[in-house]
Amino acid sequence: MMRKRNPGEQIIEALLLLAALSSVGITLGIVGVLLYESAVFFREVSVIEFLTDTQWTPLFADPHYGILPLLSGTMTTTGVALALALPLGTIMALYLSEYASAGVRETVKPFLELLTSVPTVIFGYFALLVVTPCLQLLWPALPGFNMLSAGLVIGVMIIPYISSVSEDALHAVPAHLREGSLAMGATRMQTAFRVVVPSAVSGIAAAYVLGISRAIGETMVVAIAAGMQPTLTWNPLEPAATVTAFIVQVSLGDLPHGSIGYQTIFVAGLTLFVVTFLFNVAGYMLRTRYHRKY
Amino acid sequence: MTSAAPLFKAEIRDLSFRFGRTQVLKSVTLPIAERRVTALIGPSGCGKTTFLRCLNRMQDLHPDVRYEGEIILHPEKINILDPAVDPIEVRMRIGMVFQKPNPFPKSIFENVVYGLRIRGVRDRATLDERVVQALQDAALWDEVKDRLHAPATVLSGGQQQRLCIARALATNPEMILFDEPTSALDPVATSKIEELMTGLKDKVTIVIVTHNMQQAGRISDFTAFMFLGTLVEFGRTDTIFTNPSNKLTEEYITGRFG
Ligand SMILES: Nc1ncnc2c1ncn2[C@@H]1O[C@H](COP(=O)(O)OP(=O)(O)OP(=O)(O)O)[C@@H](O)[C@H]1O
Ligand SMILES: [Mg+2]
Repeated sequence: MMRKRNPGEQIIEALLLLAALSSVGITLGIVGVLLYESAVFFREVSVIEFLTDTQWTPLFADPHYGILPLLSGTMTTTGVALALALPLGTIMALYLSEYASAGVRETVKPFLELLTSVPTVIFGYFALLVVTPCLQLLWPALPGFNMLSAGLVIGVMIIPYISSVSEDALHAVPAHLREGSLAMGATRMQTAFRVVVPSAVSGIAAAYVLGISRAIGETMVVAIAAGMQPTLTWNPLEPAATVTAFIVQVSLGDLPHGSIGYQTIFVAGLTLFVVTFLFNVAGYMLRTRYHRKY
Repeated sequence: MTSAAPLFKAEIRDLSFRFGRTQVLKSVTLPIAERRVTALIGPSGCGKTTFLRCLNRMQDLHPDVRYEGEIILHPEKINILDPAVDPIEVRMRIGMVFQKPNPFPKSIFENVVYGLRIRGVRDRATLDERVVQALQDAALWDEVKDRLHAPATVLSGGQQQRLCIARALATNPEMILFDEPTSALDPVATSKIEELMTGLKDKVTIVIVTHNMQQAGRISDFTAFMFLGTLVEFGRTDTIFTNPSNKLTEEYITGRFG
């Protein structure tokens, strides 16, 4: 005869389910608030104006609500960060997984992971007070606030995410695949690029998506080092504000609740969410497509 | 089994091998006959895999290993253990098939041409031609000819192992090393592979490690019996199986230990 299930266990199970659902609830709640407040905003400003106007001056007497200047700032700093972090992070991962001795790997990995625990405000001041002056030695006309040094420092910040997650993916590739390739007379490099990387591609894609999301959402570094002026420019040598930098700037000011200036925070937040979300979906689709193939 | 006295493809002389301080092979001396099948048998842990992997310098991949003695590769009679010899050159000439099928995450076609691509072959006609030849030699052509660009992982275990054999064959190696190639397969898949190996004999020299006595008896011309890192007995397979001169060999073959 089957025993009736222990009621205590049922309660624990229900609590665990609740904990799991709470994360779903919180996410939906945040998205709900963003959507609601943005809807209020779009009653005043047309979507067309929002997407095509080339100025973002919501607090001026003559307000413009074009998101492009903020997006260009976000994309430029992210672009600079990725140009540094994707190649370096991938090379580090390949080196650690395919070339480094166990000793070297066990020494280097904790340091990389330590880098992720440095508060981002420190990275921000590092960009402003160290990286920018150094870049000015090479390029004296570089303004004190610029997207290049912010982007480079974000790049350094996300290298550990990219290299550590990619390294895990590469390391998880079964040894017998590597041996199969080496036994064919392949070099380690040929084995790494032709067999190991393709086998780990979904994990590497996950690492990239994580890195990209971090770069897009990074706030402190850009707020400190890139300047606060929304400018429609793709030139990393210029100062500009990003979506995130704008949000901090406005959140810190005392705007009346319910004013349109106040709503802009939410619409900027929604934009940020949509962009990051799209990257995650793209990464997810890339992974499933690859999985279906192999 | 063929009767004319064969030429040597390789001569192993006094081969000793160590992982760090543990000596795994002790002064093994053994000839490998050209275009014949040589089987290595012996109880688990006696050093068969280690011996096989010395022949294509795969043991170099482990940290802290040491070879002593010589492995002379014919016809040039070079010692492939010589530090001046590049292990990659050795592996280019000597193929290997592993215990567990290990196709790459690529199409069937790309798996077969892998070694050719590594060697810089680009010509499409050559690649196509070698793929057909290698898949035919590996008795896989009929089963995959309509889906060469499907991923290799859709194949069954036995087909995957034959694909790995085709991959090894595609570069025309002089010798192929098999490490228990059928131990992960069912009897039907096993007999297919045994059959194709017998067919490969006039093209390539084969060394096979097996735990299956019947298999060794069916496909090999010569048999080496190893025990605790030493070579106990070597000879023609029929002699070893019907009239072994060593007591240990006899006991192992008749299944009294191992
Ligand atoms: N990487 C290694 N480091 C240290 N010792 C090892 C290593 N690999 C194998 N050995 C040892 O070498 C000896 C021979 O191993 P080997 O794998 O060659 O045996 P085998 O005859 O192939 O056995 P099996 O029939 O089980 O496959 C064993 O005692 C094993 O413990
Ligand atoms: Mg073995």
